[in-house]
Amino acid sequence: MSDKGMAEVATQTPPDAASPVSPDVRAPQAHAITDALANADKPKPPSALSTSMTFGWRALLKIKHVPEQLFDVTLFPIIMTLLFTYLFGGAIAGSVNSYIAFIAPGVLVQSVLFITMYTGTTLRTDIDKGVFDRFRSLPIWRPSPLVGMLLGDAVRFIVAAIVTSLVCLAIGWRPDGGFVGVALGTALLLVFAFSLGWIWTFLSLILRTPGSIMGVASFVLMPLLFGSNIFVDPSTMPGWLQAWVDVNPVSDLVTAVRAFMNDTPVGSELVTTLIWSAGLVAVFGSLTMWKYRDPR
Amino acid sequence: MAELAIETHGLTKVYGDTRAVDGIDLSITRGGVHGFLGPNGAGKTTAIRMLATLIRADAGSATVLGYDIAKESDEVRSRVSLTGQFASVDEDLTGKENLRLLGKLYGYSGQGAIKRADQLLEAFGLTGAADRQVKKYSGGMRRRIDIAASIVVTPELLFLDEPTTGLDPRARNEVWDIIRAMVNYGTTVMLTTQYLDEADQLADRISVIDTGKIIAEGTSSELKASVGAASLQVRVMRRDDRDAARELLVRELGVEVTPTNDPQALTAAIDDRARVTRALTALEESGLQLAQFSLGQPSLDEVFLALTGHAAESADDEEVAA
Repeated sequence: MSDKGMAEVATQTPPDAASPVSPDVRAPQAHAITDALANADKPKPPSALSTSMTFGWRALLKIKHVPEQLFDVTLFPIIMTLLFTYLFGGAIAGSVNSYIAFIAPGVLVQSVLFITMYTGTTLRTDIDKGVFDRFRSLPIWRPSPLVGMLLGDAVRFIVAAIVTSLVCLAIGWRPDGGFVGVALGTALLLVFAFSLGWIWTFLSLILRTPGSIMGVASFVLMPLLFGSNIFVDPSTMPGWLQAWVDVNPVSDLVTAVRAFMNDTPVGSELVTTLIWSAGLVAVFGSLTMWKYRDPR
Repeated sequence: MAELAIETHGLTKVYGDTRAVDGIDLSITRGGVHGFLGPNGAGKTTAIRMLATLIRADAGSATVLGYDIAKESDEVRSRVSLTGQFASVDEDLTGKENLRLLGKLYGYSGQGAIKRADQLLEAFGLTGAADRQVKKYSGGMRRRIDIAASIVVTPELLFLDEPTTGLDPRARNEVWDIIRAMVNYGTTVMLTTQYLDEADQLADRISVIDTGKIIAEGTSSELKASVGAASLQVRVMRRDDRDAARELLVRELGVEVTPTNDPQALTAAIDDRARVTRALTALEESGLQLAQFSLGQPSLDEVFLALTGHAAESADDEEVAA
């Protein structure tokens, strides 16, 4: 088609046909675009911390625009807490009241770790929509989109932790560690959740659909969450299961969190949890960044 | 300052058994628009993704603005920008938030990023849609915000991957105007497209790519010249006459005559215009009635057909009619 033909077609189109809802949207201005190109500053490259925080801000903006994504962090912990407390409470400890001190920190850990896997599906959606390639093309510290995403998720984890705590408090939980104990336990939980998140970022770079990431993530989380000391004391379990529960990092985490919240002495589990966290970041952080440079 | 914007030697990317990009050599000067023309799946996007350091090359080497894409990828990333289906903006955020986000990532202060976002929204005619989520934008607005996002900091080289695919003619013209404005400013643009008229309109030089290989290179007129001086279009009155007319034309012109999708039309690349007059006379003498007969410059469509043996845009097999 000739240039002239194109121009004729263009003038026949009503001025606002492409955007009927926005009479205020005008055609782009060539001279203004040239001005914009000429007047751009070239600011100093921002620091790694600054870009990571900016990506965290993006995660918050997304929560503002799509508040539905807070459903999982609010409803899920409520259901979990009520279900497990009332399901097991009577059978295991005789009553809900005597079980709650044991189960509350555990259910808190379970709720937060379970929702970490949405990090993977969110990242996969970003990759599929092409937003991620834009970020990858920027001259910034390369892990910052991922770090920022995990920082933004920390907000969701905190919401989940607060909701779970409130539900537990409402049904009779009175932690001996008080507010400080609960806050310290939650802080440790967030460190571990942030570290665990790198497994899901790696998965989302090697798997192709959000569905498959959910599938694999659930498969990984099931033995970690249920094969642990979250619900019951492992002393009644068969030997092979006890062996697994002993090496399961979630058991160490739960023990440490319980100690903080119930104001009992914090043992070596604190250090073990931190070592596990560092190890997860080192291994899966490196794997993620290796794949991040050349995805698919 | 390096004189070449892009230089590649044997650049290759392999996915499984497919050689998506199969050893391409490019040498693209600064300034103007370089067109990268090819059908879907030809390897255009893969090549651009390698040059923008989004994926690694499996073989070969390339420099962008004088910097090696493998060893100096940070230098490349701080000088180029890209827009395409693969490098878009966040649909959940508003247009303004997207530009602010990128401004901050480039190092603008909070206020500076807001100012820059407003300036770009104004220039791209999006001020009225600034606070609307991008997923509610029309196709043309969407493409404009994508391009605006690419020039938050003025790039030396801009990759535009199929910027007008799926746009209506008006929006397409607007994008073309934007591209021309950027070229006037001095930005080098590498444009991929599957639309031949788009390459014809915008590109100073064109590389034609098919199944991962560069099959031709030159200006639009050079490419057209490579398939003959002129293009002959013939349309017979009755479909049944087409085969007879084709035989006659092949005999008189001494070149290949190709049937087109139109069941009454034929097309041929002509070197010697003198023979055309004879062919016309011969057609008239044989009693084959013509609806249309024209001689003009070949279109890039025909160039593509001649170079690859298949059409650029149409998925239909042209050979069926033959």
